[in-house]
Amino acid sequence: MIRELHNQLVSGAVTATTLAQKYLTAIEQKDGELGAYLTVSRESALEKAASVDESLKRGEKIDLLAGIPGAIKDNICIAGERATAGSKILDNYIAPYDATVIERLKKSGAVILGKTNMDEFAMGSSTETSAYQKTKNPIDTERVPGGSSGGSAAAVAAGLAVWSLGSDTGGSIRQPAAFCGIVGLKPTYGRVSRFGLMAMASSLDQIGPLAASVEDAAIVFSRIAGLDARDATTQSWNGKPFEEYLTGDVAGLRIGVPTEYFSKELDPRIRQATDTALEHFKALGASVHEISLAHSQYALPVYYILMPSEVSSNLARFDGIKYGLNINDQKDSTQETSGLLETYLDTRRYGFGREVKRRIMLGTHTLSAGYYDAYYRKAQKVRALIKKDFADAFQKVDVIFSPTTPEAAFRFGEKTADPLKMYLSDIYTVTANLAGVPAISFPIGVIEEAGKNLPIGGQLMGKWFDEETLLRAADALERQFASQKSN
Amino acid sequence: MLSEEEVKHIALLARIGITEDEIPKYQRELSAVLDFFHELEAAAIDDTASAGDIVGITNVAREDRALDFGNSGKEAIKKNFPDSKDGFLKVKSVF
Repeated sequence: MIRELHNQLVSGAVTATTLAQKYLTAIEQKDGELGAYLTVSRESALEKAASVDESLKRGEKIDLLAGIPGAIKDNICIAGERATAGSKILDNYIAPYDATVIERLKKSGAVILGKTNMDEFAMGSSTETSAYQKTKNPIDTERVPGGSSGGSAAAVAAGLAVWSLGSDTGGSIRQPAAFCGIVGLKPTYGRVSRFGLMAMASSLDQIGPLAASVEDAAIVFSRIAGLDARDATTQSWNGKPFEEYLTGDVAGLRIGVPTEYFSKELDPRIRQATDTALEHFKALGASVHEISLAHSQYALPVYYILMPSEVSSNLARFDGIKYGLNINDQKDSTQETSGLLETYLDTRRYGFGREVKRRIMLGTHTLSAGYYDAYYRKAQKVRALIKKDFADAFQKVDVIFSPTTPEAAFRFGEKTADPLKMYLSDIYTVTANLAGVPAISFPIGVIEEAGKNLPIGGQLMGKWFDEETLLRAADALERQFASQKSN
Repeated sequence: MLSEEEVKHIALLARIGITEDEIPKYQRELSAVLDFFHELEAAAIDDTASAGDIVGITNVAREDRALDFGNSGKEAIKKNFPDSKDGFLKVKSVF
């Protein structure tokens, strides 16, 4: 879709301004019902579009992404724009600087339409923990779009943005992409700079693209990837755009299928869809191999120890002092207080929602004296074993295939009463974050629920810093599905 | 299950104000997740080193140098101050 729009811009069939206006109008008409956006930046979007049109008029060569409208998850900073991360504690926060990914997107000429809704500080799997609004799944508005990048996924699926950025700590790009029937990529840890992304769990967070096709995701990804002096975990990259690897050729590719991800409890309709996908891969000349990721059974408890531990530390900065909400009302508190302590307690009590408070408290507990060894230290060790499983598997195969989620999009309120139930929806996605490997979700079929065709996603996980192979495989399968459809 | 006192203690360490009637819910919810962590007890980790980092990165040091954000940058930061006096961030006294 991006390439097509780019060609139209270059040929003069459409201007960047009319394209931006078209999307802004669609947002005006549809987003009241959908709730994908928290902020719409009409003026700056049109300004950027006009500058792209100027370049075209002068006969300058423009980037593939120039003039193509997209949306940004609200935990990523854009200078001068509100950034709430879905939390009341940042209700009035105006970001003073651009995140590295934004700096790069601006340089490429991309048009940014606005900021999208999300679970508060990216903590959730349904976007229901946002302090502002519900985001509905465009496929079935009685269901959640997934989370935490639910607004980013819904915006693309509903045609309210061509592409978007999300962040993925345990599945927050891939799960909503699967629920909304689009493509979502979590890059290798260290592939994309996190500078300007509000930290949730620093050893797991990565920014990545959501888009309608694998090629579109690759185009956006190429514009944000690479070394950044402001994020010391980033690695250099040869700079060859990832979209140039999409040859459709997967002959000889070795695909691993982990037995642990296909248990007896897996919904047979999802198993059917994954079987079909594997048949397609075989038809294209790839080979399929059974593998074991034995320690994946511990991935969820490891994740739910490490992530809240990092959360408790990262979110200490929201204390009512330097920015954001500041409350000191000294009402019915259980704690003994003085002036400054009262400010901390009240600001965080009123500013954070329940899920965020739960995770901060959980992390505070697992890191506290007497519990550190039993929880945090142990979890770090098991994390090393999970990583080793992947290293061993990648001796034998090039990519690993599984479902993205154990089920299709669920209804609003279905899991909010029981936090643990919500956590289980991350079962297939958290391992990629724990191991640091790249992973992509893309549509592999639909299942029918109450008369609606709900999309389901397939997940490919790749070797560290080998997004090329991952994208090439996902793209080849996407083409195969498309050609089946047209036949 | 975590006791009332434990929940109060954790909340204070976490700097989160809670009321008496919230305590039972936190007791239940936090305990349910902590129970879930028992699954890790079956994992054999005796000889395993901790996962310090996951992609083989090494420390990167930069020159210890302050970056000047300029006047507009300073104003953008100051605009977010909840409370200020004479252009300075105002904080409650610590002692």
